[in-house]
Amino acid sequence: MAGNDSCHPVATDSVDASIRAGQHYVALVGPPNAGKTTLFNRLTGLRQKVANFPGVTVEHHVGRARTQQGREVFVIDLPGVYSLDARSEDERVTADVLTGAKTELGRPDSVVIVLDATNLHRHLLLAAPVLALGLPTLVVLNMADDLAARGGSVDTAALAAQLGAPVALVSAAKGDGVEKVMQFLEGSLARPHSTTKRVELPVLQDLPGCRTWAGQIGTKSGYRAPAPPVWTRRLDGIFLHPWLGPLIFVLVVAAVFETIFSGAQPLMDAVEKLIVTSGNSLAPLLPEGLLRGALIDGVWNGVGSVVVFLPQILLLFLFIGVLEDSGYLARAALIADRTMSRVGLQGKAFIPLLSAYACAVPAIMATRTIENTRDRIATILIAPFMTCSARLPVYLLIVAAFIPETAPFAGPIGARTAALLGLYIIGFLAAIVTAQLLRSTILRRERSTFILELPPYRMPSLRSLALRLWDRALIFLKRAGTVILGVLMVLWFLANFPRTNGQPPDPEHSYAGHIGHAAEPAIQPLGFNWKVGVGIVASFAAREAIIGTLGTLYGIENADKDSDKLQEALRADLTPAGAAALLVFFAFAMQCFSTTAIVRRETGGWFWPTVQFSYMTAFAYCSALITHALVSARI
Amino acid sequence: MQLDTPKPSPYPKSRVQLSFNKLRGKKLESVQPTSLADLRCGQHAVLGDLDVADELRRRLMEMGFFPGSRIDATGCAPGGDPRIYRVDGSEIALRAETAAQIRIRPLAAAAD
Ligand SMILES: Nc1nc2c(ncn2[C@@H]2O[C@H](COP(=O)(O)OP(=O)(O)OP(=O)(O)O)[C@@H](O)[C@H]2O)c(=O)[nH]1
Ligand SMILES: [Mg+2]
Repeated sequence: MAGNDSCHPVATDSVDASIRAGQHYVALVGPPNAGKTTLFNRLTGLRQKVANFPGVTVEHHVGRARTQQGREVFVIDLPGVYSLDARSEDERVTADVLTGAKTELGRPDSVVIVLDATNLHRHLLLAAPVLALGLPTLVVLNMADDLAARGGSVDTAALAAQLGAPVALVSAAKGDGVEKVMQFLEGSLARPHSTTKRVELPVLQDLPGCRTWAGQIGTKSGYRAPAPPVWTRRLDGIFLHPWLGPLIFVLVVAAVFETIFSGAQPLMDAVEKLIVTSGNSLAPLLPEGLLRGALIDGVWNGVGSVVVFLPQILLLFLFIGVLEDSGYLARAALIADRTMSRVGLQGKAFIPLLSAYACAVPAIMATRTIENTRDRIATILIAPFMTCSARLPVYLLIVAAFIPETAPFAGPIGARTAALLGLYIIGFLAAIVTAQLLRSTILRRERSTFILELPPYRMPSLRSLALRLWDRALIFLKRAGTVILGVLMVLWFLANFPRTNGQPPDPEHSYAGHIGHAAEPAIQPLGFNWKVGVGIVASFAAREAIIGTLGTLYGIENADKDSDKLQEALRADLTPAGAAALLVFFAFAMQCFSTTAIVRRETGGWFWPTVQFSYMTAFAYCSALITHALVSARI
Repeated sequence: MQLDTPKPSPYPKSRVQLSFNKLRGKKLESVQPTSLADLRCGQHAVLGDLDVADELRRRLMEMGFFPGSRIDATGCAPGGDPRIYRVDGSEIALRAETAAQIRIRPLAAAAD
């Protein structure tokens, strides 16, 4: 899958094949944010994404759980649903798996319903239609820790008697009670494999009737609802305060950017040193000549110039992780709803857009939670304008090369931070302008309604943050070691051939030089020379590849590379106006194969990806042209 | 408390309330909520009819909006819209335009 190799932690899609062979499998069903994925990860040892807002999981994930007796059961994690009456793409996935409409999977043999024990009455609304499916079912009441902490309680035996199904009180996050779920999985293996192919869902659920039923069941099983979360109320008082809330948010973002520039420097230097020394110590192992030149001077330094940005990327993801796990993200969607409604989108569309700050690929997947198709397509089209983490190294390099570290902006905020903040903001503004444009042209639509469930704030767990960073680091390094490495090997070849009398050509007359010069008529008005041109061509494979490309090209020119060489070389090669134009170009251009591939898959054709690519490239080019003209005129 | 509603208040206190409200003059109207949008932060009421399209009504019910349940206005976004309501154990955000279509019964009935 295109998405998985770039920005998206890997799912175990290959397991699907074994299920097809008629194996047992158990489906995890429940309302959004009830903790299904947390439980799934506990059972299978996988690390699918968990976060504190509704709509995190948008596709089915298959994993293997090993029971105490060492037998294997397949478990399938599903998107959260409020009812079996599906309205959005993600809800459809759940309904299709349960009814067996997803033919490659067949029907599940049994079901685990995951409910939030702190909100039992409302969550039992979903239990009614799921129990009515007639499959062996375990009812998991999750968040037992939270229930106890807020003074609630429930008699599981009485509830089981009322529901006619086993009930387990569990804390998936803490791991308490998970063995009861394991026992159920074990038991489900003992039953014969289900052969029913498909079932029809009952016509619309009688919701008021179900709610009365849920209330009675709750009373009979001695359910004492917990007190409302006090801390959530208090924190909302601050974060949703008319001016204090937005102010705190801007200050926090500025602080993060400051840290990205200053705090990460020592780490960056360490990574850089590691790369240079390892390159130097590897060099003698290789035979003198072509290969050594290719690997060390060209590719190693090129990849290295990208890898040095690992600390900054991790800092960014730490911040995003805290936002997502704490529950602030849903509040951000609430705050953004006003702006979004002006351009015809609703606040819920803001959640995918926020995750696009990490990477556009999962963000485009996350638009599955948007019910209205036109809204969904509009959100898909604007998502790549959000500043994804692949742009960050490019921004950091150019900003650091052209703005002195000590240049002030306002108060404690430096000019570098302000520039970075500005780049993040123009990406968002471009998205908003585009949404408005789409609304008045090809995607006319009504104002949609906004309903969002706000999760309680939770303390992000250090373990889950650490694991996230670890996964991110692996993804980043893997990307550097595959896509970027590949691009750089091709580039090294292009920059070192054709040879005359066995000697590499002057870079200007290499194949790369020819490509760069061919692009010159288009890029000269933007203030870029041929080397930057080659970098831009390479960046269409992966944005960070421009850094590696320049690193490789300069590495070839002056093989004795030491720190800041790249920045110095950039200063020599680009005027400040050219640098500004380059930043603006990167802010708006659609340079990501994986995104195009996922847009094609999610919109079901080449039409929208083509529109998106052409529009964004043209937008980027024109904006860069204007920026170059404006900045040149001012200097 | 019950000036605009046809149902007379069951509470004998209402005369005192009435004169108190008269003193406050114009503010009276905002004190007398008939739709969820009129409910101010910190107030609570009992849900009445949901005057919305069928599709949306089901959505709202799935999230806990049933006629007769207690609803609390707990907060709002910085601009005042959308608003946050606590209903049936969860906090749900709605835009004012949607909230305006949701009837509520007078405060006095929310005695739970
Ligand atoms: N206190 C507590 N928090 C939990 C527990 N289980 C899960 N959580 C938290 O609840 C939030 C939601 O967990 P997820 O596993 O992503 O929920 P989900 O049901 O998969 O959500 P969707 O994929 O959006 O449907 C996360 O912040 C978890 O850390 C638990 O047992 N106790
Ligand atoms: Mg999930």
